Amino acid sequence: MKMPLSAIIGLVLTGGFLFVAIFAHWIAPFAIDDNSGGQWEGMSALHWLGTDTIGRDIFSRLLYGAQITIFVALASSVLAFSLGAFLGFFAAVRGGWVDQALSRMVDLVMAIPSLIVALVMLSVLPLNLTVLILVMGFLDSTRVFRLSRAVAMDITVMDYVEAAKLRGEKQSWIIFREILPNALSPLVAEFGLRFIFAVLFISTLSFLGLGIQPPLTDWGGMVKENKDGLIYGKAAAMMPALAIAALAISVNLVADWVLSRTSSLKGGRGG
Amino acid sequence: MADPLLSFQNLKIEATAYPPGEAPRHVVLVDGVTVSVEKGKVLGLIGESGAGKSTIGLSAMAFGRGGVRLTGGQILLNGRDIRSAKPGALRALRGHEVTYVAQSAAASFNPAKRLMEQVTETAIAHGVMTRTEAEARAVSLFRQLSLPNPETIGSRYPHQVSGGQLQRVMTAMALCPKPDLVIFDEPTTALDVTTQIDVLAAIKRAIHETGVAALYITHDLAVVAQVADDILVLRHGKMVEYGTTDQIINAPREPYTQALVSVRSIEHAEKPQAEAVLSVQNVTARYKGTNFDVLKNVSVDVAPGQTLAIVGESGSGKSTLARAITGLLPPSAGHIRFAGRDLAHSLSGRTKDDLRELQMIYQMADVAMNPRQTVGTIIGRPLEFYFGLKGAEKERRIQELLDQIEMGKGFADRYPAELSGGQKQRVCIARALAAKPKLIICDEVTSALDPLVADGILKLLLDLQARENVAYLFITHDLATVKAIADKIAVMFKGQVVRYGQKSDVLTPPFDDYTDLLLASVPEMKLGWLEDVIRTRKMESAGN
Repeated sequence: MKMPLSAIIGLVLTGGFLFVAIFAHWIAPFAIDDNSGGQWEGMSALHWLGTDTIGRDIFSRLLYGAQITIFVALASSVLAFSLGAFLGFFAAVRGGWVDQALSRMVDLVMAIPSLIVALVMLSVLPLNLTVLILVMGFLDSTRVFRLSRAVAMDITVMDYVEAAKLRGEKQSWIIFREILPNALSPLVAEFGLRFIFAVLFISTLSFLGLGIQPPLTDWGGMVKENKDGLIYGKAAAMMPALAIAALAISVNLVADWVLSRTSSLKGGRGG
Repeated sequence: MADPLLSFQNLKIEATAYPPGEAPRHVVLVDGVTVSVEKGKVLGLIGESGAGKSTIGLSAMAFGRGGVRLTGGQILLNGRDIRSAKPGALRALRGHEVTYVAQSAAASFNPAKRLMEQVTETAIAHGVMTRTEAEARAVSLFRQLSLPNPETIGSRYPHQVSGGQLQRVMTAMALCPKPDLVIFDEPTTALDVTTQIDVLAAIKRAIHETGVAALYITHDLAVVAQVADDILVLRHGKMVEYGTTDQIINAPREPYTQALVSVRSIEHAEKPQAEAVLSVQNVTARYKGTNFDVLKNVSVDVAPGQTLAIVGESGSGKSTLARAITGLLPPSAGHIRFAGRDLAHSLSGRTKDDLRELQMIYQMADVAMNPRQTVGTIIGRPLEFYFGLKGAEKERRIQELLDQIEMGKGFADRYPAELSGGQKQRVCIARALAAKPKLIICDEVTSALDPLVADGILKLLLDLQARENVAYLFITHDLATVKAIADKIAVMFKGQVVRYGQKSDVLTPPFDDYTDLLLASVPEMKLGWLEDVIRTRKMESAGN
């Protein structure tokens, strides 16, 4: 099967982002807190993307920021999916009061805007990466729960699930072997979307000062540090913003491609 | 000879297939079909699924469904070639000169509009008549089609009439704009046998009284024999045989037509009564949250190595009985004894052996298998689960089972989507057999299959029964199947067993009224059968 151009672009860009994120320490020409440059210098051979509000190299900080941003977003999305999809499937398979209790709890959490919940939780909990990932993963898992429960509901009424129940299969077999493979393609597409929401969420939190704490940095935090530069026509804040946009687009190009591939795999639903 | 109303000259229809994971492929759906219909005559198109009968039917309106292209030959309607007609000309033609009756009336009506509005819509839109005229014509058509309350039924919504009535309303819709030709696409296939008769009779009368020509598409030769003047037998998009109904039914020339006519050639001698392996005693059941018993005091027995057929129309409680036996719907009263022990009412109370020895085969084989598992996994899982087989031993047993269902090597690695309908059902049979069961519940296992394929499945089931001494509880609405394979029969009506006993006793008169109606409703492959039945039956069908 020929790979569409959009998927190639997406894969190359996403791969590039992952590469620079993993090898940031070797690639970055300057240390993360090296403020040897002048304030808001323009692009030069020394500082490829210029310097920021206190003279740090923006290119180097972008690389370090990629590391933190992608790691936190990925970890929280994986957590959200593990938790949300499992509970969603479980609720769909068990039905009855288990389903009611889980669904109403999720409704309760979703009733309050997630940014507000996150701000409240982060302001009482100690601010470190683990807590940040757990809070974001927990909040996002409610969305994943909704989706996976709805998808699984359609699958649990299929005769093959009934056949597995009649065989006497345990719940774990039904969830992981009968339902999961058939629910995978909508979940993969959702993962691409959720990952990007996580990037935006962590950026938002950092912008508000409750996300990644200095001396570490992420792209949202960099926008915040340099936002005053916009008034003086300095492009420093634009760089991390562009990085966020590029990552969002490339990840979704890949997710689209995976979705169209898995749904037309031999034996796929509707394939 | 008068000019034909519709004639196909060397019709060729093509499409592009997109098999998953492969390059798009060009397929010829229909090739070299030459046939004509005269005014007021009915042409029956018959063939198995994939024979191209619906495709030809729709091409009479110069319409190709979903990327289907009419690529060659001529379609002459009233003397004009409509194959390459402009969209505007086609719009004027469709719903005026040619109209269409679809298989599923329930899915074809707009649930939010009243019947009258939908029946008269095309006639008014094409300017054939005014609203008052159209409504008057609709009422007279309702009367012709023997619908109850013809004056007022038009003000009802689609969900307020029964399936058989809805199918007749759709026929009225097709006849309303005074078309020259009506295409009937399997109009009675989705109906119960007892309802099918009335719809068939109504359609036949309406065709004769309005003098319209018709294309009647179906897979059931016995049905088409009742309404058609001529029959065209199709296979793989090519003409097999074309002749008058009389000739096709009584003196078929081609081997394929002969096979279609002589279908249901299976004979099965009834076995004597024996000690029961499954005994259902006074079982009553209802669905959660309702106060209506779907099963009322049902008692039946199945002996080892024998077949009990449960017959009845939809809604009679046949499948509910299966759910009660398997434990999916715990009965509210009664006992179920199986292999000498009492079965717990609910699934969770049953032992692994209870589950293993009681297997089930479903109607729709494609949804009874996980599309993401290979045939090997599907058949191998019960082996692993019940007997702990692993590795080479499991592989050997899977191959043994595949041999038993007459499927060769190489199937173990395939996915369900790569199998034909008959093969899918065979894999489901192998999955049930893998558990070495004492009883298999077969829920309408052949209803979704073409007659010749269904015959193969029935033969296989009988072979396996003789070899493995497994008992079947065979649920079906098809009496021909029952005659072919049953030892005992239970006739169900509205949740109760109305007649029960050895096959020879149940099928011997005197009958109760319902069994009589059911038996009489099975289409027979002879001319004039429909009129005889309508005249002699003792009871009206319930879905009427």
